[in-house]
Amino acid sequence: MHDPELKLNPKIFDSDVEVRSAREGFGEGLLEAAALDKRVVGLCGDLTESTHMTAFKQKFPDRFVEVGVAEQNLVTVASGMAAMGKIPFAASYAVFNPGRNWEQIRTTICYNNQPVKIIGSHVGVSVGPDGGSHQALEDIAITRVLPRMVVISPCDAIEARKATVAAARTNDPTYIRLTREKTPIMTTDETPFEIGKARIFFEPAVNESKKGQLDVAIIATGSLLHNALKVARMFELNGKSVAVMNISTIKPLDQDAVIRLAHRAGAIVTVEEHQIAGGMGSAVAECLAANLPVPIEFVGVRDQFGQSGTPAELIELYGMGVSHITEAVNRVIIRKKA
Amino acid sequence: MALTPEKAKLLEKKALEIRRSVVESLIEAKSGHLAGALGMADIFAYLYFHALRHDPKKPDWEYRDRLVLSNGHICPVLYATLAHAGYFPVSDLKTLRKLGSRLQGHPHRDWLPMLETSSGPLGSGLSQAVGMALADRTDNGKTSDKQFYCLMSDGELDCGNSWEGAMLAGKEKIQNLTVIIDRNNIQISGFTEDIMPLNPLVDKWRAWNWHVQEIDGHNFVEIDRAIGEARAVFDKPSVIITNTIPSKGIPEFERKFEWHGKVPTSPEEVAVARRAFR
Repeated sequence: MHDPELKLNPKIFDSDVEVRSAREGFGEGLLEAAALDKRVVGLCGDLTESTHMTAFKQKFPDRFVEVGVAEQNLVTVASGMAAMGKIPFAASYAVFNPGRNWEQIRTTICYNNQPVKIIGSHVGVSVGPDGGSHQALEDIAITRVLPRMVVISPCDAIEARKATVAAARTNDPTYIRLTREKTPIMTTDETPFEIGKARIFFEPAVNESKKGQLDVAIIATGSLLHNALKVARMFELNGKSVAVMNISTIKPLDQDAVIRLAHRAGAIVTVEEHQIAGGMGSAVAECLAANLPVPIEFVGVRDQFGQSGTPAELIELYGMGVSHITEAVNRVIIRKKA
Repeated sequence: MALTPEKAKLLEKKALEIRRSVVESLIEAKSGHLAGALGMADIFAYLYFHALRHDPKKPDWEYRDRLVLSNGHICPVLYATLAHAGYFPVSDLKTLRKLGSRLQGHPHRDWLPMLETSSGPLGSGLSQAVGMALADRTDNGKTSDKQFYCLMSDGELDCGNSWEGAMLAGKEKIQNLTVIIDRNNIQISGFTEDIMPLNPLVDKWRAWNWHVQEIDGHNFVEIDRAIGEARAVFDKPSVIITNTIPSKGIPEFERKFEWHGKVPTSPEEVAVARRAFR
């Protein structure tokens, strides 16, 4: 059951739910942000089409810089543009940006406090056939550790659009991670979005008789939120109360919301398409270990690199499918009782 | 602006004051980078007391020229120059590298907001200067008269990021960008041509479509002529390779790479360094 105020996609659980990629949403958001604010500029490292910057480039040619296959240059040029009052969006694949150019992001953007927006596309194993070299699984860890950096992981194309527009309005260094693959649209244009705000996307109906107490809460980020929602609905049919929270801003973490949820559930499962080490689950664990220790199960990649395959095959192989989340919920229920 | 003999004399005096302050601040700090800071004192004196459009009373003046120090480790010469130009009291130089000082071991804008950028990690300054000039171009067009200067070391030309920035500036024909390279032939572990050969350096920059000049970095007449020529070039960015002497002014330390990353600490070394600028 969704909170009606969130105005989620009514077709969210339908087999013909619309699918679009988060990178498409970014491209739309960049156009929107650029029309609203002439300080917005775009830079790309020879991946204009793939990062969906083509429309921006065509509409605002004077505000677009092509740096070639040079990701260190991409962000340092962006830093210089920000120093002159621009709001630069610097886009490439996440493996290279913020991967290859991490120190430049640290020094010239975060240490320098410049409002550059790092756009990393092609995150997770769902990149698919390109293989492990192009599947970013470490980007959350290396960005959320940087002082001043805001880290956003949109759940779908619509949220990616809103995150892009919202990021253009802040003076914070910001990282937005985007999936390559088309994934289910869970939100609508009317769904509220705010940087730093986590929202509960699924409240089990059975929960009313338990005065708001839950058996388990799942906290998910990115497109795997859809799998988490499916799992919660299945548990609901079986009389178990499992809520699902969407964390689209990993840093700053909405600590109050996470603690409140953990208080209601007493057990947490985190779900993300990222290494378990250092990812969103780690951020949740840091928060709860300090404030309200509860058992946590982590669904994510277990210290491995990806490989070629279809996105669906890879999500299953690396343990992030519906069955894996279900098993994690069952495990954490046992740990909670122990 | 013509460089009269009287102005050249004044710049020589300023450069001596800057060198003296560099040495005193580094002796007080007990660590840091001596050789490059002394080697670039003449260039800094020329820029801040003759060429740059700037106002120490209004550091954020929008129409100021921009100077990016890419090789942040030579910041004692930047700090000394800024102090003597009136940006902050010369007495602050004694706080270099100390807890709470605005004069961090490598420059940080958080502490010294008048800096155009923070630096230290090598190889990223040129790209930032390129970004600044490109941003200015989107606002003021290709004929903007704002000047963008980037000061680089020769050692940081080992970094790929330096050449990525050079390629983009060549592609974009950024006419109001001038790079000044401190060609002192040393880096922290030895001579540049032993660590990672850079020659033929002139040819490298020409290959990226830059206007290249090579001068004596301690001769104000040559510096002035080169900066004038760089500003007159309208179809490409300019680089001035300034041949300098590391530790310039202290004959006992000159040309020795060992002084790249250290400062006078023993009583004998301190005496030698102070005697040079008495």
